[in-house]
Amino acid sequence: MKRAFKLEGLNCANCAEKMEREIKALKGVNFASVNFMTAKMIIDGDDARFDDIVKAAQGIVARYEPDVVVKKA
Amino acid sequence: MRIAPRQKRIAEIAIGLGLFLLALLLEAESAARLLLFLAAYAVTGGDVILRAARNISRRQIFDENFLMSVATIGAFCIGQYSEAVAVMLFYKIGMLFQDRAVEKSRKSIAELMNIRPDYANLKRGDVIDRVDPDEVNVGDVIVIKPGEKVPLDCVVMEGSSSLDTSPLTGESMPKAVLEGDELLSGSVNLNGLLVARVKKNVSESTASKILDLVENASAKKSKHENFITKFARCYTPAVVGGAAFIAVVPPLVLEGAAFGDWIYRALVFLVISCPCALVISIPLSFFGGLGAAARKGILVKGSNYLEALADAEVAVFDKTGTLTKGTFKVQEVVSKDIYNNEEILKFAACAEGFSNHPISLSIRRAYGKEIDAALISKVKEIPGQGVIATIDGHFVAAGNGKMMQMLDIPAEDPVDAVTVVHVAVDGEYKGYIAIGDVIKEDAVKAISELKAQKVKRVVMLTGDAKSVAESVALSLGIDEAYGGLLPADKVQKVEDLMAGKSPKGKLVFVGDGINDAPVLARADVGIAMGGLGSDAAIEAADVVIMTDEPSKVPVAIKIAKRTLAIARQNIAIALGVKGAVLALGALGIATMWAAVFADVGVTLIAVLNAIRVLGSDL
Repeated sequence: MKRAFKLEGLNCANCAEKMEREIKALKGVNFASVNFMTAKMIIDGDDARFDDIVKAAQGIVARYEPDVVVKKA
Repeated sequence: MRIAPRQKRIAEIAIGLGLFLLALLLEAESAARLLLFLAAYAVTGGDVILRAARNISRRQIFDENFLMSVATIGAFCIGQYSEAVAVMLFYKIGMLFQDRAVEKSRKSIAELMNIRPDYANLKRGDVIDRVDPDEVNVGDVIVIKPGEKVPLDCVVMEGSSSLDTSPLTGESMPKAVLEGDELLSGSVNLNGLLVARVKKNVSESTASKILDLVENASAKKSKHENFITKFARCYTPAVVGGAAFIAVVPPLVLEGAAFGDWIYRALVFLVISCPCALVISIPLSFFGGLGAAARKGILVKGSNYLEALADAEVAVFDKTGTLTKGTFKVQEVVSKDIYNNEEILKFAACAEGFSNHPISLSIRRAYGKEIDAALISKVKEIPGQGVIATIDGHFVAAGNGKMMQMLDIPAEDPVDAVTVVHVAVDGEYKGYIAIGDVIKEDAVKAISELKAQKVKRVVMLTGDAKSVAESVALSLGIDEAYGGLLPADKVQKVEDLMAGKSPKGKLVFVGDGINDAPVLARADVGIAMGGLGSDAAIEAADVVIMTDEPSKVPVAIKIAKRTLAIARQNIAIALGVKGAVLALGALGIATMWAAVFADVGVTLIAVLNAIRVLGSDL
């Protein structure tokens, strides 16, 4: 499954880069990108684990930028 | 790091600046002065310290807030009060500008890609509702008013209008549409009211596909971006390590070295230790380049392809449908006998009068007059050869060399045309009609501009005869042309050309994206033309040109070169200034002021420079 999210208030390019790297390393993730310019996060992961993946990704985002609001795009 | 509302940030900076200036007026080393400095620091830098503390609790140490906090608190500790406050002030001012610049560039990119439909006017019976395009299904009827965007791909049922397709194609000439014409989402209805039946839902419609492509493109990173990512990963730890070393080792080793002096130098390091300028501006440059290209109707599917385009050394074009229109046209009529051209055309047109073959059509177009069906009888089409018929009592044969051979009529093929239709009347050879493909209007310009872009070899491949290939190449100014190639030969030819280029140079193949998928895949950059509405072409290529214009190829290369130039400038500015300030800082020459400039100032410059990619008028 592939889904896009809007990261409102994403304000640190370096953090976006780190988030992307960590999300890519999550189990069951085939592809992930955190685009600083469009403030968008795209996750493509295994269907069975998708909810867990999204939850973990949200945790990672919150760790780097606690004030970012993750919304469905 | 949420941006506090801008006014609040400006107010904090203004109050901090006021307190700071007031403190400078006071007598040195008075308690009141120190208090004022601390107050100024708290007002401007309080949130930075809070964030640093919060991030440490989340195990995020080397972040910008933390480094800034350590640097400024350190400055306080060694008695550099004014510098501590000034550094924080300038940092905050720089961040304010930087966020603005990022926000602005985000906005201009969003505007560039403003083709996503906001709503659709759904027509149910006599009622028209404004609904979310997501709610519209295939087969529904929608109304598009003048000035509105076409929300979904659809077909006109009623009305006529002209359409601005420039958001999709970069083509400023409006396109006339009538009943039965297809409308692509993202184009804008200029004048008439259109009622249309929806053909594709939102996610399948052109606008969404283009947006997806551009937004996903930045995920395919260029070498420059990968370099920056790797560099950024090592940069901060290295600089912080350097700072620790400078603070501790020289005072212990060197004679007469004061701790305070070396700690100051270490703090200079900490201020510059964020790689932000690079991390923001390089991807931004590439993203801007992708956006600028999309604006011209050129979809580049990844930053890596943009990078490769900039190094284009060999450009290989397919002929039919790429440099030529793929439609046939009578180029000349040559008569052998007392017959004039008009008569030859007339006989051929009558003989081919009932055929829908493109060649027959081109002959009838060239003849241009009504054909009297009563004159024609006994028409017989011989596949692969031509037509024989009785016209006005004469036995007419119109066909290729094989047909003439069969009828035992001597005929000779001329050298430089795609197709020849020989005409014989009553068993006597009368002449021939030469039919050629039409060269696109901008093909010559495309080739000359490619050469101006320093593309060293321009090559044309075609399945047509060698003589045809050579004559088309000559009229276009192409140096090399290879004819008579089967699809597999084209792949082989491209491989040969790849082997012949320099290691750094890239080979670009341009085709129509329909029959040349293997070649598109083999080339460094595969460009498919006429992508508007053709999913196959969009799928197969690395770069999709939405219109049928080969002259978009040099435009794409130009945008790519400009993007790369700006990205390189940014790398040079950021690394150069940071490196210089680090070196000078270690020697004790650069102050913390210089360090703040090397941090936020350089980021600001790099971001502003990156935005130039968007504004470039190509």
